[in-house]
Amino acid sequence: MHNNPSDLIIVDQLSKYYRVANKQPGFKGTLKHFFDRRSYDVPAVTNISFKISQGEVVGFLGANGAGKTTLLKMMCGLIHPSTGLVDVGGFSPQRRQTAFLKEITLVMGQKQQLIWDLPPMDSLYVNAAVYGLSDHEAKARINELADMLELGEELTRPVRKLSLGQRMKSEILAALLHKPSVLFLDEPTLGLDVNAQARVRSFLSEYNKRTGATILLTSHYMADITALCPRVICIHKGSLFYDGDLDSLANSLSPSREVKVELKNSCSSDQFEKYGEVQDLNDRFVCLLVSRDKLTDVVSNLLTDFDIIDLEIGDPPIEQLIGELFIKGDIN
Amino acid sequence: MRIFGLSFKVIKTLLTTQYAYMLEYRIEIALWALSGVLPFIMFSLWSQNDVGNTFGLNDIGLARYFLSAFLVRQFSVVWVVFSFEEDSLSGRLSPYLLQPLHPLLRYVAAHLAEQATRLPFALAIAITFFVLNPSSFWLPSLPQLFLAYLSTHLAFSIAFLLQSLVAALCFWTEKSSALERLIFVPYLFLSGLLVPLSAFPSNVLKVAMLTPFPYLINFPARILSGMPVDIFNGFLAQFLWILILLPSVSILWKLGVKRYTAMGA
Repeated sequence: MHNNPSDLIIVDQLSKYYRVANKQPGFKGTLKHFFDRRSYDVPAVTNISFKISQGEVVGFLGANGAGKTTLLKMMCGLIHPSTGLVDVGGFSPQRRQTAFLKEITLVMGQKQQLIWDLPPMDSLYVNAAVYGLSDHEAKARINELADMLELGEELTRPVRKLSLGQRMKSEILAALLHKPSVLFLDEPTLGLDVNAQARVRSFLSEYNKRTGATILLTSHYMADITALCPRVICIHKGSLFYDGDLDSLANSLSPSREVKVELKNSCSSDQFEKYGEVQDLNDRFVCLLVSRDKLTDVVSNLLTDFDIIDLEIGDPPIEQLIGELFIKGDIN
Repeated sequence: MRIFGLSFKVIKTLLTTQYAYMLEYRIEIALWALSGVLPFIMFSLWSQNDVGNTFGLNDIGLARYFLSAFLVRQFSVVWVVFSFEEDSLSGRLSPYLLQPLHPLLRYVAAHLAEQATRLPFALAIAITFFVLNPSSFWLPSLPQLFLAYLSTHLAFSIAFLLQSLVAALCFWTEKSSALERLIFVPYLFLSGLLVPLSAFPSNVLKVAMLTPFPYLINFPARILSGMPVDIFNGFLAQFLWILILLPSVSILWKLGVKRYTAMGA
């Protein structure tokens, strides 16, 4: 792989296999498994390569079990790759050198590092000490991040008494206290309500702008990806099948565009069949799927042939496209 | 100032935070302290059967030994394998592995904080013991107290390293607490918790002294209770066991984390 000086993260031919026990169901299977335990290797990630530059925000997309979290865990050094290479800022993550650990952070939506029975502030002071921040630095940093995350007295309440959203924001504060330059975020908005999700997203966007930090994010919420990640990496069954910008992905996934028309008078479905695929027709409202190369002509003809009150052109929702893609397991 | 590569600030913050955490569970810790009364049960058993003389101890000596054994046990009890196993299986270990602090040091801090929390309960139990057995009351001399304190901490270090060795097997077996039972049984019999080691036949005693277990309870308890003890060889053995176990834990840990799969995270 040719390395560019601006490449912060280099992933080259990375693979990870997990050893899994093979047990047949039922009592006979249980006995057999007890006396003759057999296991086999399951590929979680297979020969993945890409590079990420300083300051990029990259979203990892994939269905459950696609391998995106395993990939993230290898990049942050939590697990060792089976084969291949990962380089993050000149460090080999799995060696977990102190200088590397001070530059990164990992936030997992479903896991917490805060001490459950104590207020978040206690955990924050532990982190400040562990990362070698002075009292003054720690206070300033806590205040700055608490402002950005809209956290106040929650920091002095026991973690167990906080709502999921408050807890997640406190987790993020704890994870960012040491000013990491690379953020690994695994489902950071998991389980949060819509408002809390939006606040976490706007915080991450602001954090990226202010600090120039590189953010790598996995999420099942397309809103996280569309709001934060100009670049996406799609993983399917452990392999990379798309790496590029989100708009191009949408284009390649859907060669058609959606044309929504509001008519003056109601029409029948067959009147529109020559213009494109009728997605929906409800009295005076029609939704057509029109191929991109015919779009200009179709719109022009529609305006000529019908009394139109309103016309709107858009892409099909990315959630729908990605969902279909994961079901099909292929990309056009 | 740095101790074991850690700044005083890190040590202070870890200990005070863990102490605050332990105080949240003060009733549980009081119950744990109470549950450690096995030495008193053994004292009651041996004294009623008047077998103390065969151990080379009269009733007062026996009472002092078992009270000392209780106190040493209170400040050397280790549960790292259970916490570690839970953290490893639930994925809580993952953020600890990505911080510039060895995860085992968090457990050390938790144990030391728990010991501080146990102190008033242990003292209350000791006072109750003296009220019920006034003839057994004694005050150790300051050098005796210092040596007992030192040997108890070394006993804790050995016990912690032994259990950490088993805990590190979590990276391979997932259920290493089951293996801890393999240590617990010899610990129970060879540490002096059930019976002073002087009760053992000389051949058994010779073999027992080659294991780390007598240095976990018997050695510190004998110092504290004022019984005759080979102080130099006792401390030498404690240091030697630490010298053997420390690199063993370090090597096993390094090999183990390579296998970590971050389950549940």
